[in-house]
Amino acid sequence: MPASLVEGNSLLAVDIGSVTTRAAFFDVVEGQYRFIGLGTAPTTAGAPFGNAAYGVQRAIENLQNTIGKPLTNADGHLILPAETDGSGVDQFSATFSLGPALKTVLVGLLPDVSLKSVENLARSSYLQVVDEIHMNDLRRPEEQLDAILKFGPELVLIAGGTNGGATQSIQKTLELIGLASYLIPQTSRPALLFAGNEAMAQTVRASMKNLVSNVITAANIRPLPEVEDLPPAQHQLADLVTVLRETQMPELKEIRALAGGFLIPGAAAHGRMVRYLAQYFNSGRGVLSVDLGASALTLAASFGQDLHLNVFPQFGLGQPLGDLLHHTTLDDLMRWFPLDLPADSLREYLLQKSLYPASLPVSPEELAMEHTLARVLLQLAAHSALSRLPAARRPKSGLLPPLEPILASGAVITNAPTLGQRLMILLDGLQPTGITTLALDQNNLLAMLGGIAEQNSLLPVQVINAGALVYLATVISPVSNQAYGVPIARAKLIRADGSESETEVKMGGLHILPLESGQNARLQLRPLQRADVGLGPGKAGEVDVLGSAIGVVIDARGRPIRLPPEAEKRRELLQRWRARMEG
Amino acid sequence: MFASSLRILPLTTIVRTRALPVEGRVLVRPGQKVTPTDVIAEATINQKHSILDVAAELGIPAARADAALKVKRGQKISKGDVLGESSGIFGREALSPLDGQVVATGGGKIVLETGGIPLQIRAGLAGTVSQIIENRGAILRASGAIIQGAWGNGKMDSGILAGLLKQPDDTLEAAQMDVGLRGSILLGGHVADLKTLQNAAEILVRGLILASLAPHLISAAKQAPYPILLLEGFGKRPMGAQAFKLLSTNLKRETSVNAESFNRFKGTRPEVFISLPISQEPPEPRDIETFSAGQFVRMNWLMRPAQSGTLTQLFEQPQRLPGGIIARCAQIRLETGEVVTAPLSNLEALG
Repeated sequence: MPASLVEGNSLLAVDIGSVTTRAAFFDVVEGQYRFIGLGTAPTTAGAPFGNAAYGVQRAIENLQNTIGKPLTNADGHLILPAETDGSGVDQFSATFSLGPALKTVLVGLLPDVSLKSVENLARSSYLQVVDEIHMNDLRRPEEQLDAILKFGPELVLIAGGTNGGATQSIQKTLELIGLASYLIPQTSRPALLFAGNEAMAQTVRASMKNLVSNVITAANIRPLPEVEDLPPAQHQLADLVTVLRETQMPELKEIRALAGGFLIPGAAAHGRMVRYLAQYFNSGRGVLSVDLGASALTLAASFGQDLHLNVFPQFGLGQPLGDLLHHTTLDDLMRWFPLDLPADSLREYLLQKSLYPASLPVSPEELAMEHTLARVLLQLAAHSALSRLPAARRPKSGLLPPLEPILASGAVITNAPTLGQRLMILLDGLQPTGITTLALDQNNLLAMLGGIAEQNSLLPVQVINAGALVYLATVISPVSNQAYGVPIARAKLIRADGSESETEVKMGGLHILPLESGQNARLQLRPLQRADVGLGPGKAGEVDVLGSAIGVVIDARGRPIRLPPEAEKRRELLQRWRARMEG
Repeated sequence: MFASSLRILPLTTIVRTRALPVEGRVLVRPGQKVTPTDVIAEATINQKHSILDVAAELGIPAARADAALKVKRGQKISKGDVLGESSGIFGREALSPLDGQVVATGGGKIVLETGGIPLQIRAGLAGTVSQIIENRGAILRASGAIIQGAWGNGKMDSGILAGLLKQPDDTLEAAQMDVGLRGSILLGGHVADLKTLQNAAEILVRGLILASLAPHLISAAKQAPYPILLLEGFGKRPMGAQAFKLLSTNLKRETSVNAESFNRFKGTRPEVFISLPISQEPPEPRDIETFSAGQFVRMNWLMRPAQSGTLTQLFEQPQRLPGGIIARCAQIRLETGEVVTAPLSNLEALG
């Protein structure tokens, strides 16, 4: 490592979430950046404070108490840069994911081409799509106009036309959006992001600049009919979302100034970090990261540089639960509930949780309900994200593609009382296939590290290297269509000390091969009945595995996991699986 | 740690904003006393728009048509009015097919705004206008009793408070409501039956203040023509003792129900306000609360609905809850005398 790259700079990162504000401190220890400590406080953007800066200040104060180092002066102001006495910090970075989803109108030409891409663009941020307009829209222009005026969007995303392609249809669409914006009072006009035919960019800027609150043009997200290129527009969208949030919460401007101009939405920072990790792990498979928060579930998968970022405001484990039954059924929720309680109790729990999103499950029954909801939210998000992957990335089986590793954050997962519970929420929720490693972003650092990367590209690398992620377990999830109880593989674990464990893997079983934390071993896998243990159908092989407090897990429950239709049998099975993993 | 607060106060002064979602006309002035039914501001919303192609109608190029227009932006026009005319021997007229107002012109086209629904924002409580919000509404100040809740169906009204529950865990049945309660705000317990909501609509009640509602009735409650406010939430949940006592002792008083949604970001929460005669304005509640020993708190805990008590100890170290989660907690002495440990996240400061 060139010494000049690490100059002893300490860095404070804050992430302002909808419920919690986190402040993390990083410093150089023995020539390498390390995560030193975390302070948290409730977010104060809402009433009665109406200013997110109080929460940031309180989180930094709590961090000071944790790390025993003064970061603020007597007036409560951040000491930036650090003083010679060691107080303060050299750099500051900030990410945010607070505030209501931005009301957005999507505009494209063809529903299956540019509109599809603009939908994918919108899903990379915390937006609420209120209307979609396209060439095959059967509404008259007047009706489209009335709809836009009724919804009063804060943002309009427009795409359409390949580079050098259609201009007339885009022009017509722009006239409609311009007219709608003209009819909206100036203080409430939407911002506009155009990511269509690049030949139109100049025209769009010139014609719309006086009609919308802000106009930004980005590289075409559909430069060719068969090519989708989202990253440049995603970057511009993140900037625009930041500007809109700063309008709603002026204190964010001060926070951005402190951060040297670097303030980005948490989802965008998270995506950036996952893309980086895909290169860092270089496993030849995709990296998946899920963050199950109170206001949204973010799911980012990156295959090398190819990032697929999805923000699901409808699948947050807080207020959005009030509408969860618009996306699933109570029966589907009950299928994953291991206790013999009436369905109404689960329904009441999710409704009460939507009213009090910060509340924690106190009793074992409430905890079981919360973990059931987490499983189903992950299932819904994974299913939706999978359907949006390009065909080349999507296995024909309809299952998740091979991923290595899978990372998870969000208090419901990382604060689950046992490692077994954390692992089981992820296995039941995501249902990975083949051989994969599961790890936790215990301190929700990924978004912060993604935010830091703008200022300091070395820090995220070294912090991840130093073990910022908590290794959960290596899991082998064979894919087979055999009946429950049929042997589908034999597995032999050969430890470094020469001791061995061998097991016959039966369909439906959940096996644990003990391997202590830090120990390495060789795992021999011999599939039967053409089961795919992650090496291809019927293919045998060996892999190196690392021990954990849980051990090495073979999840042979099938993909997708099939549960008995009879409620009693199903509950018994769910409890048996959980007892096995937590035993 | 900052504490969420739940206002259940027998006498206080509140400051509330009443504003239109769009620009409109403000009908009150600073210092004006208002009753709950007084209109603070009004506007027209959901107007329809018609794009009239005058150039095509006149048979002239769009570039030349703007000069031929006979109407201006902002002008009100009636059906049959001349919108534009072309010159020459065979000059033509373009006539308006509708009544409306011209909101935009250009490119040979006219955009006409028609119809719309009147929207009025009412005071919703008896108080005084303390400040005007230009083109939007006003800030009101009022003194009386306040009881905040957990969920509302988005509507607002006022009337005389009538009690239909004897115990906090009573269920309100349709048969309890008769025509004598017309125009009243009804205080009920739990509602489990659609017929109860329907009957309330039939006898024209002005609102329902309930402890809780069966989840299957949410959709019906949202469609009810009167405000429904839930103090505790969903499922069979008794009314909290403080709210029960305060509401029960204020029967037959003029009561306002603002069943707006619980929005932490905006700071709105469904609430009941009872105007009370005062000789001197009581103080406003504290804006910001922090947890401390001696504080009266309410627990949001599924298995222990509507329970409250005194915070006796704030634990320095996080505690393990019965379910296994570790969290910052406080010790609470419930009104029954029982002592429990509750996470701070599940507590609201009462007062």
